Amino acid sequence: MARGPFVSHYALVGAVALVVVLLPLALPDNFYLRVAALVYINAIAVIGLNLLMGYAGQVSLGHAGFFGIGAYAVALGPAALGLPVWLSLLAGAVLSGLLAFIVGRPILRLRGYYLAVATLGLGLLIWMFFNNQSELTGGPNGMQVPRLVLFGWRATGPATWYWISGATLVLGTWIALNLINSPTGRAFRAIHDSEIASRVLGIDIARYKSLVFVLSAVYAAIAGSYFSLFDGFVTADSSSFIRSIEFVVMAVLGGLGSILGSIVGAAFLVVLPQALTVFHEYEEIVLGLIMIVFMIFLPGGVVPSLLSLARWRTA
Amino acid sequence: MSSLLTIENIGISFGGVHALFGVSLDIRRGEIFAVIGPNGAGKTTLFNIISGLYPPEQGRVLLEGRDITGLPPHILARLGLSRTFQNLQVFFRMSAVENVMVGRHMHEQRNVLAHMLALPSVRRQNRRTRKDAEELLALVGLTDFAGESAGSLPYGALKRLEIARAIAAEPSVLLLDEPAAGCNPIETEEINELIKRISRRGVTVVLVEHDMRLVMKISDRIHVLDHGTTLADGDAATVRANPAVIAAYLGSHGTMEHRAHR
Amino acid sequence: MSEFLQFAFSGLTVGAIYALVALGFTLIYNTSKVINFAQGEFVMLSGMTTAFGVTAGILLPFAALLALIITVLFGILLYRLAIAPARGASPVTLIIITIGASIMMRGVAAVVFDKNYHSFRSPLGDTPIKVDGAAILPQSLLILAGAAIIVVALWLFLNRTLLGKSMLATAANPLAAGLVGINTSRMIGIAFALSAAIGAVGGILATPIALTNYSVGTFLALKGFVAAMLGGMGSPIGAVVGGLLLGLFEQFGAGYLSSQYKDAIAVIVLLLVLFTMPNGLFGKAGIERV
Repeated sequence: MARGPFVSHYALVGAVALVVVLLPLALPDNFYLRVAALVYINAIAVIGLNLLMGYAGQVSLGHAGFFGIGAYAVALGPAALGLPVWLSLLAGAVLSGLLAFIVGRPILRLRGYYLAVATLGLGLLIWMFFNNQSELTGGPNGMQVPRLVLFGWRATGPATWYWISGATLVLGTWIALNLINSPTGRAFRAIHDSEIASRVLGIDIARYKSLVFVLSAVYAAIAGSYFSLFDGFVTADSSSFIRSIEFVVMAVLGGLGSILGSIVGAAFLVVLPQALTVFHEYEEIVLGLIMIVFMIFLPGGVVPSLLSLARWRTA
Repeated sequence: MSSLLTIENIGISFGGVHALFGVSLDIRRGEIFAVIGPNGAGKTTLFNIISGLYPPEQGRVLLEGRDITGLPPHILARLGLSRTFQNLQVFFRMSAVENVMVGRHMHEQRNVLAHMLALPSVRRQNRRTRKDAEELLALVGLTDFAGESAGSLPYGALKRLEIARAIAAEPSVLLLDEPAAGCNPIETEEINELIKRISRRGVTVVLVEHDMRLVMKISDRIHVLDHGTTLADGDAATVRANPAVIAAYLGSHGTMEHRAHR
Repeated sequence: MSEFLQFAFSGLTVGAIYALVALGFTLIYNTSKVINFAQGEFVMLSGMTTAFGVTAGILLPFAALLALIITVLFGILLYRLAIAPARGASPVTLIIITIGASIMMRGVAAVVFDKNYHSFRSPLGDTPIKVDGAAILPQSLLILAGAAIIVVALWLFLNRTLLGKSMLATAANPLAAGLVGINTSRMIGIAFALSAAIGAVGGILATPIALTNYSVGTFLALKGFVAAMLGGMGSPIGAVVGGLLLGLFEQFGAGYLSSQYKDAIAVIVLLLVLFTMPNGLFGKAGIERV
């Protein structure tokens, strides 16, 4: 993944910020703002996942678990503990990170298929908890999520959430890029390419794997909180296996190891079902088909493939 | 000259077969020390034990008098031990200069929060690390490849890249595992010169090698292994004349005399 | 005691199905090192097809045969269209492909059939047999017998026929197998077809008791995978033992602890295996060389 001549890292942050600011001018009504907000929310989760999978080279097939923790935190915090929503949001992120820290140490000693399945199992356990603890979470029927209130101002409506998630996306992109361009980011990439060489150069593998896992969990939790706050409702679907897979597909399709790819992947997978609402029953078929086709023909992802095509053309 | 690295009576077996048995050696500060022997003699196993990849079953490893046996590689790195790999553990998805930058990791500020926020200190450090890496690339003669993806470099360049990366860690002891393996005579000579340059910088070099010419020309002392045990130890002239050593090498490399007098 | 016997029997029955799914995993993994996450869909597909066939008026044996053929066809298609084109891809890529295939097959089932639960009458009737206070459905016995027959048949095939031995050779060393003239690609295709067949039989046997639905494949695949890991990925005996054990753990756990979290038992077993004995009961350890 050598540096391309086109996109300097910080130009990407600027580009994302520009898109976030200008997009509403091009969108005809609130419905589209809603879709955009959903793209941004998913993108936040996927950027975190990409740091884990694309840069550090790990796998997580259970990331919706962390998303779900964030999603339920803002419902359970107020309902069960009487906490204000903003505090519940923070608590969700912290809880998610903590869980990732505790579970991460043993789990990340695994590799390949084993790691994939272990994370899958973790995600399932979290989903089962939310789905089964009916008195607490409403079980499969879900529960209400109160609105976020900050200093007396209620955050409701597609426009508000568009700006909140957009701003957070810009921030999340900036942080991710900073990280990549730092000793920590280089350590992630080194671990991906050769754990042995990394060890021998003084990199504490376990520490860095744990770090990236926690970070990705926090990204997912924040995205999850936004998701259910936006909706006003949360169900166990927020932590389902399908959702975990969708995140992975967004990351891989867009291009692992490309932050821009994460945003593109999220956009693709969020917009597509909206475009296909007519074919709602065929959603799973289309998703499955996309997964197969893209992995066969474009395993490197859309953005890296386009970049290398452009590089090849100008060479 | 004082002893920097002492290996005492190392033994290990794999699946019932003794890979190493009763191996002891003593490496002095500042010298170029070679470990040689036929294939399967246990050279890389010895290196793996010294560099902490796995612990020995018997014996100890001492660095500056301190027992470092069985310590994990990333701790050994902090104690000043660095190595390259026979089967190239290059970071193929990173560029050449980035590879060497990773080598600087231990000497960089590791505050993750500062990294996440791209504080000015981090940006300064990035520039410094890059500059250090570029200097090292120049030392090994890879300046032209700096921005290239490591995956696209030729084999000889990769061997030198690993060395540059290993030196970036500022080790006091550098273990080179077959640095000239697979290299043609010209590349081997370049590696030769590189090792001498590194030694002049004050780094103690320990190398495992097959190539007799390389070893004889640049080593201060040589330790010969065969089937996991010590055959001989001493300077080039002593080892070269040792009949047991000659016998061990006959047939696979030709006579030592013949080889060494090229 | 009768409760214990009840749980034991249900455990073995459901375990037999897990064993069949696990065998399918093992077969494909051995020949191609691919973990086929779509394994559970074979069970679902054949169950649904048989159920719909019977409802449509086709006699059970013919409906079952039809289901078997269709499922095997899907298995071959899965290999030819999704796996073969991606040979040599990274584990993550292959995981996504097989999960994608699984999702696709679910989607197709939901559209072609529907999202309801379906079943058909067991050919042996619904009257439970009383053994020591425990009530055992005759279909259970059919499942156990059927699974046993398949295991034996598979063993005979792999060890006593030329084709079977060629498959074992491909599993042990694809390169060497290719060098002696074995068409490894064809072998893998056959492995997929066989796995699909085994899964299909599992579906036909299980549906009268467990019912079927477009979504059952996912958890079945997970549990079959856990069973294969418990027994030792790549070991056929392990697959069977692992399946039976998992079934027993589940039933006893659900019976004596909590039935709400029955599915969690499989996940917990998985995590335990991964952390304490990743090679399972009968598997072999691999060694990484530097």
